[in-house]
Amino acid sequence: MDLEAYELVIDIPGRSDGVPLNLDIRGGQVWGVLGPNGAGKSTLLHTLAGLRRPRSGQVLLDGKPLLSLRRRTVARHLAVIFQERHDSFPASVLETAMIGRHPFLSPWDVETAEDIDTALQALRRMDLAGMEQRSVGTLSGGERQRLAVATAITQTPSVWLADEPTNHLDLHHQVSVMRLLAERAAAGDAVFMCLHDINLAARWCDQLLLLYPDGNACWGKARDMLVPSALERLYGQSLASVELHGAPVFVPTESARR
Amino acid sequence: MSGADTGAGPLGDASSRSSAGLVPRLLPTLLLLTAIALAALLLAVAIGSVAVPFSGLWAVLLGEGEPLHRTLVVELRIPRALAAFATGGLLAVSGALMQVLLRNPLADPYVLGLSGGAAVGALGAMLLGLGTAWVSGSAFVGALLSTVLVFGLAHGTGSWTPMRLLLTGVVVAAGWGAMITFMLVIGPTERIPGMLYWLMGDLAYARSPWPALIALAVACAVVVPLGRSLNVLARGPLQAATLGVAVRPLEWSVYVAASLLTAAAVTTAGTIGFVGLIVPHMLRLLFGSDQRLILPASALAGGTLLVLADTLARTLIAPEQLPVGVITALLGVPTFLFLLYRSR
Repeated sequence: MDLEAYELVIDIPGRSDGVPLNLDIRGGQVWGVLGPNGAGKSTLLHTLAGLRRPRSGQVLLDGKPLLSLRRRTVARHLAVIFQERHDSFPASVLETAMIGRHPFLSPWDVETAEDIDTALQALRRMDLAGMEQRSVGTLSGGERQRLAVATAITQTPSVWLADEPTNHLDLHHQVSVMRLLAERAAAGDAVFMCLHDINLAARWCDQLLLLYPDGNACWGKARDMLVPSALERLYGQSLASVELHGAPVFVPTESARR
Repeated sequence: MSGADTGAGPLGDASSRSSAGLVPRLLPTLLLLTAIALAALLLAVAIGSVAVPFSGLWAVLLGEGEPLHRTLVVELRIPRALAAFATGGLLAVSGALMQVLLRNPLADPYVLGLSGGAAVGALGAMLLGLGTAWVSGSAFVGALLSTVLVFGLAHGTGSWTPMRLLLTGVVVAAGWGAMITFMLVIGPTERIPGMLYWLMGDLAYARSPWPALIALAVACAVVVPLGRSLNVLARGPLQAATLGVAVRPLEWSVYVAASLLTAAAVTTAGTIGFVGLIVPHMLRLLFGSDQRLILPASALAGGTLLVLADTLARTLIAPEQLPVGVITALLGVPTFLFLLYRSR
């Protein structure tokens, strides 16, 4: 299923319109968004999820305006992995993963064995097997992040929007989450994520969007976007790059950008 | 689409799935709580200035028995016990709802200034020397007025957030508090005890239990199917929206429902503290935080607590009666602290 941004200008108060975005996020693609703090990566992600109104333009899911669709319908196809989460009330790990089944259940339904199985598999996939009955409050930051990914897996979406999905994760689990998203794309899902790590983007994304704090943006195939000078301008930071196994690796150097 | 079981084409609604019903899963716990509630009601009807033995009670329920027993049970004790049950249930359900709405475990039915508005209405009517019907009526109007005021102010020129709603409610409540103090100071001495009793909760004002009972039954029927949506809403509005919850309409309904339930409770019995705060938490400590169970369980446990508290309130220092709010606090606070202390 495709997610499209048509002449989209995200609404960040006090910022000029900049370049309207025309993105075609297709099934099978892995998109990465790079940009410095405050560039509007999360705002863009929320706008693409239909959680925020754009200043102008629209977002289309499968060709239909996202904001005209019922939330429940959207939720059956599109999952979001958020950066911040609220756990004001105690809940177990399994219960938390299980809320991913909410869009598929009517008010009087209880989760079926099939739903529980979906959630258990998702937890296993994120290395959380054996923690099903643990209270969410007792998890570490990284485990909590993996639980958020597991909840999205339980939702069985065909469009994945992820805000820094590797936050708090150790190296092994960073790779495991990126591999999961790449696998989903290979299976035909569309994946769109904000990333801080250029090297993860270089390794796993096939499309990149560079978002500048002034609202400027450019996007295209990853190998065309990973130009050191463009990235240096993006972050205001000078970079050194080397080739490793045929892919570029970027390392910040000490000086600020010349 | 990776979930093949969702049926229907792209963006179409999936066909309904067959699955086990909600009711069988909740039933054991709810039956247990119902049994406890019935036992409490029986106790409340049997105990009092004149003890009615269970044989006499049975006779009365069959329409026989001594005339004195019949008058006591049918005209006094049953309506009062039912009113206590309904009030406790309303307060506990509305507390559980407020805690989810404000995503704040400290929220209770009164936190948004409802009780203050109701109290100003009720005390105003008492100051003017009006009858109980007027006291109840103006309490209800005061509660609703306060709801509208808090929501309108919290909404402001932008949109409301739980934090803003909470702050507005707390500040408005403080304003009502000042007015209540003022009324108590200027009130004629002979009316002060009645006013204080009302402020601490007094079921002697309960005229008929039926409006509150019906409100409670309707609330449970409406709110239980919303339970899973509320579970999701507790994870924050963005996460809930992503999972298909229409967040704003749901929050609105919860706010209006909780306000109406509290207004009905306050109108029946004055302001009774602690039930709305403590009962949902006790149940969460015992049964987890699935709202589908917590909401109906709150109705039953809140009702039971208040029935027992009221029975104590009218027998402990009989023939004098204590305000029932004193008893709910004396019973509820240690129980709650004990459960909290024991929990991990």
